[in-house]
Amino acid sequence: MKHVLKHVAVMLGAEPKKPVAEDYSPEAKAMHAEQRADKSRIEAIHLELAHKAQHKTPEKWRRRRWAVLIAVNLLFVVSFQLDIQILEGALTASRFVGFHMADLNSALQVMLAYKEVVINLMIGTTTVLIMWWLLGGRTFCSWVCPYHLLAEWAEMAHDYLAKKKIVKDHPFDRRVRTVFWIVFAVLAFVTGYTVFETISPTGILSRALIYGPGIAMVWVVTLLLFEIFYSKRAWCRYACPIGLTYGLVGAVSPLKVTYNLSTCFHEAECKKVCEVPHVLDVVIKGRATDVDLFIGADCTHCGRCVDACPTHSLNLEFKGLGQIFK
Amino acid sequence: MATVKRTLRGKQKARRKFLRTVVLGVGVIGVSLLGYIPVVKRWRERIRPPGALQEQEFLASCIKCGQCVQVCPVNAIKLADLDEGFGIGAPYIDTREQACDFSCDGLQCVLACPTGALTHEINYSHQTDMAIARVVDEPQCLAVMGKGFKGQARGAAFKGKLRYEDVDRWNPIRISEYPYDLELCDLCVRQCPIEIRIAQCETGKPPSGDENQCPPQHAIKLETIASEDGIVRKRPVILDGCVGCGVCEMICPPEPAVIVMDGAESRGVVA
Repeated sequence: MKHVLKHVAVMLGAEPKKPVAEDYSPEAKAMHAEQRADKSRIEAIHLELAHKAQHKTPEKWRRRRWAVLIAVNLLFVVSFQLDIQILEGALTASRFVGFHMADLNSALQVMLAYKEVVINLMIGTTTVLIMWWLLGGRTFCSWVCPYHLLAEWAEMAHDYLAKKKIVKDHPFDRRVRTVFWIVFAVLAFVTGYTVFETISPTGILSRALIYGPGIAMVWVVTLLLFEIFYSKRAWCRYACPIGLTYGLVGAVSPLKVTYNLSTCFHEAECKKVCEVPHVLDVVIKGRATDVDLFIGADCTHCGRCVDACPTHSLNLEFKGLGQIFK
Repeated sequence: MATVKRTLRGKQKARRKFLRTVVLGVGVIGVSLLGYIPVVKRWRERIRPPGALQEQEFLASCIKCGQCVQVCPVNAIKLADLDEGFGIGAPYIDTREQACDFSCDGLQCVLACPTGALTHEINYSHQTDMAIARVVDEPQCLAVMGKGFKGQARGAAFKGKLRYEDVDRWNPIRISEYPYDLELCDLCVRQCPIEIRIAQCETGKPPSGDENQCPPQHAIKLETIASEDGIVRKRPVILDGCVGCGVCEMICPPEPAVIVMDGAESRGVVA
């Protein structure tokens, strides 16, 4: 529980704290000491990094994830276009073979604005709540949200331009996302309109795919350009209240990225690829308070760190079932 | 000395980060609030699908998913774009292009709505209240001029559909595939879904065999105009049973249509 609260605080915008002496388990303490004493590790790390530089590991989780993301969104499209009625509606609310589903943040906006909840919306919201609790909350972001995919491509463009020193990343204070979440909830309640839906790139893109694009795509393109030229992954990192809503659900999810201190070389390859690097604070040398840990609530389970880690110290696991898919 | 410089730069960096975060916050919330303008200024008075709540409640409760769009057999329902602000993604009907002809009988859009923005309290076409028809340019009405109508009501290129029971009860076809030959134009009355239902009920054949489908009031009629020249002239008169489905506007041959829908503000919930 203490871990969960700590992870939620970091997700809301707190900076990860350096643990104090009593936080460490005896095993972790012993392991840190052993690692410090073992001079051969440094050489091993250099060898490992040199090896990795020559052999690019395939990004298998990213491939799987993109396949799922595209498949889910295509299922929406073909359900309507070919009238096969498997997944009707859009990402804000839908029916999967007849069962109601409602996006948690969209449902929240409607409930706050309308101040009444019909039974179908309650069913849809509960179904989705249970589903994403099981599947890890922000897993929605990286495995389903169509904006995430475009943002990943924008990130590639940003990284390319940054390498050529044409652009520079301008980070924001992460607490602003919590502010956005509260402000949009209050605005829905006070104005009686679903204010956030107006600018939600997730809703705009999902509807654009299914029903055809409109001028709302200008806003989506603006966000992408902002991320390419000014601030890397800005929307998902600092703004999107949908991500925070799912993050809160995922805080107590059985699906986790797990970390094992015994094999970690602290090379921080994982942090380089992470959308939310603050969740990987434990991989910094000396920070892990236990030998086995799980990564915090803000993690989208995109699996890029799992692919990037040269020593397999990070894995995607389902509590009680262990590593699902290698 | 170096550390002093570093902390100063660190402080400056932190201040810049704070400032641009404030700008981002104000900017994003500001942009989202621009969505208020089209709603308050009523830039677009949209006709909403059957069962839509009063406009403000409708926009509050609609989750912008388009499930109503997907079930409509004549594709009458469209989703609003960003220029409608907070109304983005909310469904509307452009009656001149494609009216709701109730060819689903069961109000499928109402059944599909997950949030009750299209109220589940109604079941039949005559209980809806989308708008009310109004004759805007009577002198241009073919019936008023005493003229008949021959051919495709809206021309060959028009894509709008209607259900013609004598063609196929289950598949609406294009109006362009159903040419007319009328001595005096009566298309607005002839194709009115409410009037069609009343006629069916009078012959003892209510839609789906369900007497609850029978509308209690007429929606439109043609009234004879006294004329001295011997030509038969009639004018369309809108009656209390009109639900604003827009079929009369869609079928009306003159350009622009003689009948239009007066929309959103007249809408209330009919239970």
